[in-house]
Amino acid sequence: MAVSTKKKPAKTTRKSTSMKSSKFSKETYIKWYKDMLLIRKFEEKTGQLYIQQKFGGFCHLYIGQEAIVAGTASACIKGDKHMTAYRDHGHPLALGTDPRVLMAELYGRSTGCSKGKGGSMHFFDKEVGFMGGHGIVGAQIAMGAGVGFAEKYNETGNVVCVSMGDGAVRQGALHETFNMAMMWKLPVIFIIENNNYAMGTSVERTTNVVDLSKIGHSYEMPSKSVNGMSPEAVHEAIAEAADRARKGDGPTLLDIKTYRYKGHSMSDPQKYRTKSEVAEWVEQDPITHCSKVIKENKWLSEKEFEAISDWVKNEVKESIEFAENSPYPEGKELYEDVYMDKEYPFIVEY
Amino acid sequence: MKTVQFREALREAMTEEMRLDQSVLLMGEEVAEYNGAYKVSQGMLDEFGPKRVIDTPIAELGFTGIAVGASMNGLRPIVEFMTWNFAILAADQIINSAAKMLQMSGGQFHCPIVFRGGNGTAGQLGATHSQSFESMYAHVPGLKVVTPSNPYDAKGLLKSAIRDNDPVVFLESEKMYGDKGEIPEGEYLIPIGVADVKQKGTDVTIVSFGKVMKVAFEAAAELAKEGISVEVIDLRSVRPIDYTTVVESIKKTNRCVVLEESWPLASISSEIAYHLQRYAFDHLDAPVMRVTQTDTPFAFSPTLIDEALPNVGRVMEAVKSTLYRG
Ligand SMILES: Cc1ncc(C[n+]2csc(CCOP(=O)(O)OP(=O)(O)O)c2C)c(N)n1
Ligand SMILES: [Mg+2]
Repeated sequence: MAVSTKKKPAKTTRKSTSMKSSKFSKETYIKWYKDMLLIRKFEEKTGQLYIQQKFGGFCHLYIGQEAIVAGTASACIKGDKHMTAYRDHGHPLALGTDPRVLMAELYGRSTGCSKGKGGSMHFFDKEVGFMGGHGIVGAQIAMGAGVGFAEKYNETGNVVCVSMGDGAVRQGALHETFNMAMMWKLPVIFIIENNNYAMGTSVERTTNVVDLSKIGHSYEMPSKSVNGMSPEAVHEAIAEAADRARKGDGPTLLDIKTYRYKGHSMSDPQKYRTKSEVAEWVEQDPITHCSKVIKENKWLSEKEFEAISDWVKNEVKESIEFAENSPYPEGKELYEDVYMDKEYPFIVEY
Repeated sequence: MKTVQFREALREAMTEEMRLDQSVLLMGEEVAEYNGAYKVSQGMLDEFGPKRVIDTPIAELGFTGIAVGASMNGLRPIVEFMTWNFAILAADQIINSAAKMLQMSGGQFHCPIVFRGGNGTAGQLGATHSQSFESMYAHVPGLKVVTPSNPYDAKGLLKSAIRDNDPVVFLESEKMYGDKGEIPEGEYLIPIGVADVKQKGTDVTIVSFGKVMKVAFEAAAELAKEGISVEVIDLRSVRPIDYTTVVESIKKTNRCVVLEESWPLASISSEIAYHLQRYAFDHLDAPVMRVTQTDTPFAFSPTLIDEALPNVGRVMEAVKSTLYRG
């Protein structure tokens, strides 16, 4: 195949001064660690189950990007809303959705978070403020702004975190949305989960302006780049943006630099990148980082670490059992949840 | 003859036409360096270079508009959509611009352009990734809409589409790209708008197109075992529709079942049924039946997929009901 002149994605380096003098509490670090570990293990298992053909469809894993949702979840409050694309397994997990209903959704069971109707790309959980899970690249950018529009309209003080990929920012609707979101000062945080690739296409191959935070500039939207391998950095950036949004000062664009360790989906030969590039990013792994900070501060004993790891393993195991023991939806459920109008006269020929 | 995959047949059509005509180019997401999301364009970047095999950002509306404009100005672009579901974002340029340009400009500007990609359901991909657009695009005057069902037809029809001076919507399927079939060694064309009687029969006519032709063949084979002789017509294009071939067949069998993967309301089956009651009324011995997807968005779970999709059993039932056999 044709080999592109691959530029390395800009490496983000963590300021690793003393980890001990951290701004964040023991509880926060432990929560990040638990959340991220749960996502990692859930996703590793999901990948294996997919290969064993326990379920079908597309499967986009979140492995490597965990710090974004961990830092976002810790910086947000109940009532805030969250939306993302099809790479959506990590978000509800970080927001507190029971992994059982997510696994059941992957399995297409009626106990799934979307009753087995949405699948991997369409997780939803109203309870935790997770508004999807959207399969059309970029669709959630405008919708997320609309969710923010409603929060502002109702004067709730809630903010909306809308995630999109580095590939999604090339959709024209982003520009229409950014303009209106700024003009109407919508309480929205636009998060680019910048893993440097849209399937096989690197950011450099789609634009002359590789600094994606600049996209906000023509709308005078406060914008910046953030180290996405650091839950601390993500938390700080989200907290600052949320603060601005809650005060009525409108949206923020965050270009959060991260990396997906695995392929785009399960059928990606990954010829567009090198193993050493992947390894460089894995070196900055946010879970390893958090466990280091916790260890250095002696916040958890070996035993307590083990207990967390056992808890995670058990959660994942029980999710699978829950999913496998759940029924598939019955055929007639096709006609449910299509209209709110329960009397809608479908054409029924079978 | 030689055996090729559906994707290879498409690639041959594009490659041959690009060799013949410098103004033909291919544009779309992942078509060049990644060799196509479904490997249809494999090797084409190597042969034609980045000037003519062009990777685009994920910006369907923008790159489709650019291609339409280029087609107004002397080029003959082939636009690949990763799937037709994503072309909804570009529907403005296909429907508002390409389809209307010749008429609006009083014949001054035309759009020789092909829009192609995977259409219809492809397993457990959920509601947004599983839609069949035949009737939606067939609805639009100014477009031609082609729906090949095998590699042979795909190549001949795509070559005609590329040479066509009007905008052509070309509907493939992710589920067909690996299908194998025989094609001639040399060049051949298949005209757009001519249906193909794929199987001769005497009792009932099944009219279909695209991927679900396979279901039609299977049903016909099963019915043959029960002594029912089915004629199977592949429309091959749904705008224009070759009504003559359909009517001629009904004059012989007097019974018709239309099979399509899309939803029932305002569908190709409604159109065929209308046409037959209008132009073959006296030849019909039973109401025209149809088998379509259920009148619901496509869902993820396998049980819901089974319920939603047309299948052999439903086609057999429909055929038997036209024969008043239970
Ligand atoms: C409108 C639209 N076009 C194309 C696709 C096919 N597609 C799915 S994911 C993807 C790449 C998106 O990359 P990015 O936005 O960077 O997100 P990532 O996968 O890296 O999380 C493409 C082209 C789609 N789902 N929707
Ligand atoms: Mg990306």
